[in-house]
Amino acid sequence: MALTHAATPSTLRLLRFDRVQRAAHWANAALFGVLMATAIPLYFGTLFGIVLQRHVIEMIHLWCGVALPVPIIVSLLGPWGHQMRHDLRRVNYWTRDEIRWLLSMGKTPLQADKFNPGQKLNTIFIGASIVVLLATGSMLQWFRFFPVPWRTGATFVHDVFAWVVFVVVGGHIVMALTHRDSLKSIFTGWISVTWARAHATHWFKEKSTESDTARSE
Amino acid sequence: MSTTPDETTPVETTKRVNVGRRVFLGLAAVGALGVVIGNKVQNFLGNAVGSGLGGLLPFGDRFRIYSITGTYPKVKASDYRLQVSGLVQRPKTFTLAELQTMPVTSFVKTFQCVTGWRVPDVHWEGVLLSHLLDTVGVKPGAVALKFESYDGADTESLTIDQAHLPDVIVAYRMLGAPVTTEHGGPVRLYVAPMFGYKSLKWLSAIRVVNQVLPGFWEENGYPVNGWLDGTTGPTNPDPQLT
Repeated sequence: MALTHAATPSTLRLLRFDRVQRAAHWANAALFGVLMATAIPLYFGTLFGIVLQRHVIEMIHLWCGVALPVPIIVSLLGPWGHQMRHDLRRVNYWTRDEIRWLLSMGKTPLQADKFNPGQKLNTIFIGASIVVLLATGSMLQWFRFFPVPWRTGATFVHDVFAWVVFVVVGGHIVMALTHRDSLKSIFTGWISVTWARAHATHWFKEKSTESDTARSE
Repeated sequence: MSTTPDETTPVETTKRVNVGRRVFLGLAAVGALGVVIGNKVQNFLGNAVGSGLGGLLPFGDRFRIYSITGTYPKVKASDYRLQVSGLVQRPKTFTLAELQTMPVTSFVKTFQCVTGWRVPDVHWEGVLLSHLLDTVGVKPGAVALKFESYDGADTESLTIDQAHLPDVIVAYRMLGAPVTTEHGGPVRLYVAPMFGYKSLKWLSAIRVVNQVLPGFWEENGYPVNGWLDGTTGPTNPDPQLT
C-alpha cells in the first residue's frame, strides 16, 4: 500500500478510497436511493390517494432490498477487498479519545483517524440497519413462517429503522455537500495531504511513517 | 494497525475498543427485540402519541392501502350497485340507499393484515351478510359465495357457514364516516374473524355457488380460510378470537 502512495506522481495527495471502495459505496448508495424512493409511496399510500402500480413499486423495493448486502459482501470478501477490510477494522476499533470526542459532540481534542467518530458511527449504523431492515423485510415478505405478533413487530421495527435511515442518510448527504474535498474523494479516490493533515491527522501521520519507511528501504 | 507507540503518544490512543462491533450487535439486538415485543411497544406508543400523528409515524396504527390493480375504482354513492345472483331464489341488485334501509349492524374491531400490520378499534357499520342472503333466499345446494370487486381483478370467497358469522358484514361506514374510496368504498366486505385480504374492497357482486372458488389472494398462495389464529380449516376453532 505504502509503495503505491509513494510512487504516485504527486506526493501531495493520498488515496482515501480505492476503486473497490468507491464501487461499493456507489452501488450501495444507488440501492439505498431506490429503496428510499420506493419506500415513500409504499409507506404514505394513504396520502398519495392513487397508488400507481403499487405492485411494481413493491417488487422493485423487494429485490433491491434482497440485493442490498451484495456490494458490501462482495467488496469485503473478494481478493480485491484488502482496503475495505483494513478500513472496516478502523471503523470497528475506537480509541478512548474517539469515544470521548463523540460523547462530547466533538468538543474534546482529537487527532482524527482516517474517519472521525461521527463517520464511523454512520458506517456502523448503516451496516446494522442493512441487517435489521433485510431481516424484518424478509419477515414481511415471507410472513408464513412467523407468528402474527412477530409480523406486527417486524413491521414496527422496519418502519422505525427506515425513519432513522432517512435522517442519517439525509445528514450524510448534507455533510457531503458541505465538505467538497471529502465529496470529491469518493468520486476520484484522492484527498490532498493538506486536508489529511488537518482533518485526519492520525491517519496522515500513519501514512507519513509508511512513506518514510518505503523510501528508506 | 501499524502505529508505532512512542513516548509522546498518549496511552489512550493505543488502547482500542471494538466499539463498532458492539454498536452493530447492539442495534441488531434492538431490532430482534423489537420484532418480539414491538407489537406491545407500538400499542403503547400509539396510545401515547395519539391517532393524528400516529397516522404518519410508525408508533401509531395506520392502514397501508393496497390495491391489486394499481388504481382505485371510483364509484359514486348514487351509482353504486351490488348484484346478488347465482343459486338464490330472488336475484337482486341493491343500491346503496337500499342497503342503508336494511337493519344496521355496527361494532368496533381490529383490522389485521396477514403481513402483520394492524389497526385496532376500527368502527365498522353495515348490513349483516347473513341478512342479505336471507333477503334473496339461498337455494339448497349452495356451498359458497364468490365476491367480486369493482376493480375488475380482486375476488374473494366464503363458505355459506362463514357468511353467517355474526361479525361478517357488507360495510358502508368505517372509521365513523362513509367508507372512502381508498378503503374500498362506497361498499366493502368486512370479515372480522379473518385476515384483511378476506375483506374485499369495492364490492360489486356476490354470486352464490356450489363450490368454493378461491379468490385472487388465495390463487397467490394465501389460505382460503384466513382465520386470524393462522389455522386454515373451514370453521374457526376459536370463537373467542372474533
